[in-house]
Amino acid sequence: MDPRTCVIKKRIEGIKRIIAVAGGKGGIGKSLVSSVMALNLSNMGYRVGLLDLDFSGPSAHLILGTGRSTQPREEKGVIPPTVCGIKFFSLVFYSGKKPSPLRGIDISNIIKEILCITRWGELDVLVIDMPPGMGDAILDPISLMDAEFLVVTTPSLVSVGTVSKFLSFLEESGTPSLGVLENMRIKETSRNFFGADFLGSIKLDLDLEKALGKPEKLMQTKFSSELREIMEKVF
Amino acid sequence: MHEWALAEAVISSALDFSKENRLKEIKEITVALGELQQIDREVFDFALSEIMKSKGLEFRVVLRRKKSLLKCKRCNEEWSFDTGKLNEQEKESIHFIPELVHDYQGCPKCGSPDFKILKGRGVWLDSIRGD
Repeated sequence: MDPRTCVIKKRIEGIKRIIAVAGGKGGIGKSLVSSVMALNLSNMGYRVGLLDLDFSGPSAHLILGTGRSTQPREEKGVIPPTVCGIKFFSLVFYSGKKPSPLRGIDISNIIKEILCITRWGELDVLVIDMPPGMGDAILDPISLMDAEFLVVTTPSLVSVGTVSKFLSFLEESGTPSLGVLENMRIKETSRNFFGADFLGSIKLDLDLEKALGKPEKLMQTKFSSELREIMEKVF
Repeated sequence: MHEWALAEAVISSALDFSKENRLKEIKEITVALGELQQIDREVFDFALSEIMKSKGLEFRVVLRRKKSLLKCKRCNEEWSFDTGKLNEQEKESIHFIPELVHDYQGCPKCGSPDFKILKGRGVWLDSIRGD
């Protein structure tokens, strides 16, 4: 019998709200939306956590600019380090710069292990940066936690096509969706998001790259201010 | 004491099982400690007894080391985990997240990081005996 699953509910019982930022596609800005959302929530006075579940391409630590000294602490489990007021956990604390070639069963096991040993304490919001796809890394959090999904897309047809499938999947699995956020908008277009709530758009911000790894600068970007406006519909 | 969190999971799991199966009393549980996770047996044992004491539980706990078995998906080679060439930080990483063995070790025959953990991954509740 796997003992980990039955303690997961206890580990997350102090978290009021879990928001999974997903979209099915890679490169659409899920990590940026997750990280900057967590930074904004922290600035607004929320007790916030950020969990990077993208094991193949973890990037929240790069966005937040965490150094080598940022490490979890051991105390009857693992206590996530606090970065800019955010309790932050990423597999990168243990994998470093090594690639993690993982199959589905390994991904499931890592998710269960992280959820079993991590002590988040009391949080108003836990933001989860989800990986692309609709595999184990998406299915496990759905079955193990009551997460609401914020779906990110770009205006590109290839992204919208995947998002439509992702939204159908959420609906069919009875998973709550907060709505769709359009990232990297270049021009005004009308999009139909298949019945899902459209939360708003964030314009393509060419200055964003220079602010990566510098949370204070990130907060001053147009990306951050436009995301804040969208967040008002969710919080 | 990351072992504490896993010990808590074991006790919660045993209690859930006992409730679901309407056991009046748990007499003994057997816990397998997979080689890959390198659990500190003494620390784990201490955590189990402290948690049981705090909950007023009394039953026998049998801890059994389980040898690991890994199998290469590319060439079918089978082998057991060996900490020999790993540094302390790498061993520690695998201790926390056993699947990270894929990051630090490959198949001893062909070098592939694509292998399956067949046995001895981590903490597993093998059996519960009760009335």
